[in-house]
Amino acid sequence: MNKAMIELHDVSKIYQVGGQEVRALDRACLSVREGEFVSIVGPSGSGKTTMMNIIGCLDVADSGDYILDGLSIDRYSDRELARIRNHKIGFVFQGFNLLSRLTAEANVELPLIYQRLGMSERRKLVAEALHRVDLYDRRKHKPQELSGGQQQRVAIARALVTKPSLLLADEPTGNLDSKTGAEIIELFHELHRSGNTILLITHNPDIAKTANRMVQIFDGKVYEEVVS
Amino acid sequence: MIIQSLRMAFESITANKIRSFLTMLGIIIGVIALVVLVSLVSSASDSVTAQVSTLGTDLLTAMVLDDKGYPLRLSELDQLATNPTIGQVAPLTQTVVTAKHGYTEEAATLYGTLPAYGEIYHWQMQRGRFLKTTDIDNSSYVAVLSLEAAEKFFGQSDPVNETIFLNGRGFKVVGVLEEDTSLMSVMTTSVKIYTPYTVLVRTSGMRGISNFIVTPANPKSMDEAEEALNAFLMRRFKEDENAFFVFNQSNLMSVVGTVTDMMSYLLGGIAAISLLVGGIGIMNIMLVSVTERTKEIGIRKAIGASKGSILLQFLIEALVVSLMGCTIGIALSFGLLQAATLVAGGLISFYLSFRIVLIAIGFAVAIGVLFGIYPAYKAADKHPIEALRYEG
Ligand SMILES: Nc1ncnc2c1ncn2[C@@H]1O[C@H](COP(=O)(O)OP(=O)(O)OP(=O)(O)O)[C@@H](O)[C@H]1O
Ligand SMILES: [Mg+2]
Repeated sequence: MNKAMIELHDVSKIYQVGGQEVRALDRACLSVREGEFVSIVGPSGSGKTTMMNIIGCLDVADSGDYILDGLSIDRYSDRELARIRNHKIGFVFQGFNLLSRLTAEANVELPLIYQRLGMSERRKLVAEALHRVDLYDRRKHKPQELSGGQQQRVAIARALVTKPSLLLADEPTGNLDSKTGAEIIELFHELHRSGNTILLITHNPDIAKTANRMVQIFDGKVYEEVVS
Repeated sequence: MIIQSLRMAFESITANKIRSFLTMLGIIIGVIALVVLVSLVSSASDSVTAQVSTLGTDLLTAMVLDDKGYPLRLSELDQLATNPTIGQVAPLTQTVVTAKHGYTEEAATLYGTLPAYGEIYHWQMQRGRFLKTTDIDNSSYVAVLSLEAAEKFFGQSDPVNETIFLNGRGFKVVGVLEEDTSLMSVMTTSVKIYTPYTVLVRTSGMRGISNFIVTPANPKSMDEAEEALNAFLMRRFKEDENAFFVFNQSNLMSVVGTVTDMMSYLLGGIAAISLLVGGIGIMNIMLVSVTERTKEIGIRKAIGASKGSILLQFLIEALVVSLMGCTIGIALSFGLLQAATLVAGGLISFYLSFRIVLIAIGFAVAIGVLFGIYPAYKAADKHPIEALRYEG
């Protein structure tokens, strides 16, 4: 058994909207070991993205503990968290979050710039990542010149380009046809086989079932863990 | 990282050209105000200084106001000249005469002086020679003409060795001076004739020297020379300090210097304020831009940009805007000064003061940093998820 990479203990995230309390996460517990492929399912608004943001060090819980690589998240400095987001984690956002001013190529290059890699190294990695999602010939296009599925694939390429050990994907196949979607999922399995840890949010039960483990979220609570 | 930040800065500046230009405009105008105003003052001051220095800067002018019944004589000046701190002494006594040559008859100013006078002012001869010591000793009836006087009475022909009649008495012309371009020539008539002091005294019946100039033995001993001259005059005029007046020309220079320095500081200060206003414009636009680009900042942070790199990106952007504005401002200032030189018609040549260019660049950097740091800090401090959620 590999050691635990991600541990959530009674993590809650509460939003106050118009005097009303929204418990986006309600004492959620989760443990993910290194090298695991976990799929997360649950109805819309159940708190999947909220949990993913906390795991991805983008957001902090209101209560509870998040332990990453054996160290509580509030022990990391701002600088270290930026470094973790940059080097360790690859994040595919639900809303893509591409920079509209930049071409596909430049978007994919961005994380490498913050890694301070040299120009030739960056070129090589960017080309590799774009080939992987089959978008190399669209590299000079800006996001608004690409279809939804193509934008999604740019977002995936950007998450993969740094060869992260932890891949967090929030509905990465939501805008893709079943064939392309299957190809992307196959890519994830390939990464998984080479040792990466993967968390995948999906609404597609068939895709969810291909993971090692399936986690269900309902009303902010992590309900069951089904081992496949 | 710096190179990347520079690239990003240029990208975002060119992405919004009109806004960037309007932001720069404040800096451009501020820099133009600073550079042009200060350069105008310093060019004008240089030209005034140059003009004033043609009056001779390292010399003392003495005027006798009340001779107490004992006119000052040439021999007394000779004695003054033996003082070790004093270089040369030359009287300048003047009278108006009627000068005549051929059919030309005209009023002219006749000066009686010594050869030292020409030496003190470094006068150049156009032809012939200036007065000589023997002319003084022998009271020779010789005359040196200003160029204008020569042209007036002799036209194109060579006046040397010709005779000019002054109040009916014949004088032999021995030389013609080069054109006088000094400030003095503006203040006095240009038809001037110089003759030995001794001759002037004899022909005009004028008694005593009321005006003379003194140079120090060396330029550094100006103060000692002034002291010696004052002591001499006090002794000579019965300790009455109101009987004479000594003017130190180098004081004039320092007065000119003080006035123009003050002008520079004053105008430079006003211009610096307009630069400051330009800086506030940068801050204003940067704050708007930080808000507009909230989502971009969120994305950058989400994929691993540290606070430091976001801070650097926006700081460099502010710096680039302000330095580009500064460069354009300096280029336009150069053009404006060239145009001003053309308009001035060669009277004054206006040049870009190198010192003020450096000051302007320094100012632009300071303003970029000063007014860029707060918006940059605001950008860097954004919470990644809230920034990502922002819909502009
Ligand atoms: N910034 C916010 N302010 C207020 N409420 C929020 C905020 N973010 C999320 N929520 C609420 O938290 C709950 C969980 O949201 P979340 O985005 O995690 O859902 P999700 O499971 O990802 O849904 P979906 O499948 O539709 O993406 C929702 O009810 C949502 O309204
Ligand atoms: Mg979601």
